[in-house]
Parts: sequence; C-alpha cells; structure tokens
Amino acid sequence: MVSFQRWHVFHAKHKMDKAFSQSFKIQGGNIYDAGKASTGIKTILKQLGINAAVIRRVAIAAYEAEMNVVMYAKHATMTFEVTPKQINIIVEDEGPGIPDVSLAMQEGYSTATPEMREMGFGAGMGLPNIKRNSDSFKIESIVSKGIKLEIKININ
Amino acid sequence: MTLSEIVESLYCEVFTGNDQLHMRVEFGCASDLMSDVLAFSQAGALLLTGLVNNQTVQTAYIAEIKAIVFVRGKKPSREVILLAQEKKIPLFGTQYSMYEACGLLYKNGLVPTMACIPCKA
Repeated sequence: MVSFQRWHVFHAKHKMDKAFSQSFKIQGGNIYDAGKASTGIKTILKQLGINAAVIRRVAIAAYEAEMNVVMYAKHATMTFEVTPKQINIIVEDEGPGIPDVSLAMQEGYSTATPEMREMGFGAGMGLPNIKRNSDSFKIESIVSKGIKLEIKININ
Repeated sequence: MTLSEIVESLYCEVFTGNDQLHMRVEFGCASDLMSDVLAFSQAGALLLTGLVNNQTVQTAYIAEIKAIVFVRGKKPSREVILLAQEKKIPLFGTQYSMYEACGLLYKNGLVPTMACIPCKA
C-alpha cells in the first residue's frame, strides 16, 4: 500500500519533474507468490491516479515479465519508476538467459515445461505480450547469467 | 447482461461475489491460456475458463476482468477463493463445457471481446 506521505511526495516530486520508484524481489520457482509484484505495482499506480488504460498495459507487461522470472530464473529484482511522462519497468534476473532472443520473441516459441503450462502460461506469448504493451522494449541476455528487460510505457 | 443473469443462464454455483451480482458485463472471452487473456481481452469482460488456480485470479485482476466462470464443473480451492475475495472478483462455476457455456451466453447477447484473426469467407 502507498501511504499518504508517499503519495504526497510523488505529487510534490511530480511538479519538480522527478520520479517515484519502488523495487520488488521476485523468487524463481515460487508459484504461490507469482503475480504479487505486478499486482502490487498495479495497486500503487491506481493510488497514484494514473489513467486506467495505461495501468492495464503496465500491469500486463509487468505480470508477463514476473511470470518469466518465476518459470525460468533463480531470482530477480523488478524496479518500476513513474515519471511525469512515462512508466519504466526494469527486470534484472539471475538465471539461464535466452540463447536466441529473436526466436524467443516469436509468438508460439516456448521452452516451457508441462508444469508451467498448467499455470496457464508457457505458450510462447510472454515476451511478445510485453513488447505489444510497451512503447519501448529492450532485452539483453547473457547465457548462464541472466536477462535484463527495460520496458517503457508513455503516460499520455 | 448482469452477473445475476449469467449465473441463471449457466446454473452457476457462486463461490464468491454474491454482493456483486447486480454488476453488468457487456462482453465475454474464453481461454485456458492466461497469456491469451492478457493479450486479447478487453477491460471489463467476463472470463470463462477451465484453469482453476491462483494465476486465473491474478490474470483477471491484471487484465481488469470483471468476473470469472469456471467451466466443466471445476471448483476453485479455498486459497483461490480467498484471493478472489481480496481482489473483489466474483467467481462462479458451471457444469457446462466451455463450448456450451460460451454458446449460451452468446445467444443471450454477451458479445465477444477477444480480437479475432480475420478469416477468409
């Protein structure tokens, strides 16, 4: 939950052209908690009074990114930042990385296990879904080290 | 349609959301794949699904789905119901198959929301 003080600080900073930001830790393999970071981000954005259509795009991109961490990585930090013009989400994970990023960006390409598919994910839609909801999307992958995603979504 | 009309049409069991049955939904979508719900659904839709876990409720919250109908007689666990209560998302269950449930709601005027791939006539 965002306290009134934090909300106030956001609006004070808003006028000064600065950002509000918060980080979430995501644990790989933790199916029970999957979605907590992105639903947390959504709740905060609602409290900050951001436009509902923008919130939906941010929440979908964040949730797909979070599910990717839960399904494939060891752990990650998801940082989201709200500036007067855009919302930025940076996800840095420690994990196997993606050997062929262009292949992973194709809808339908997936290396998911049956357990992942049982959760309703792992059909090769994650990264394309993130890109579809972003105004700017960057992915850097180092095999056996991890992935860094940078997602930017314009507020207006 | 109101949620109450949906419950009547599909002879639904109400797992949670008895106090929200007056709410209206104008369109529906159906999928067992949550990534497809995230990709193709519209805010405010009803979701019909056979996937009965936490991710269904989290996806609904993220994608602004108004209510969920579990098809094929699937029942959510207590944990799933509690999560839905926290997110204020009504959960219903019907014995109908996905195909039959969609057909009945479509016939009653609930229009589709998922973007369709244009097919050749």
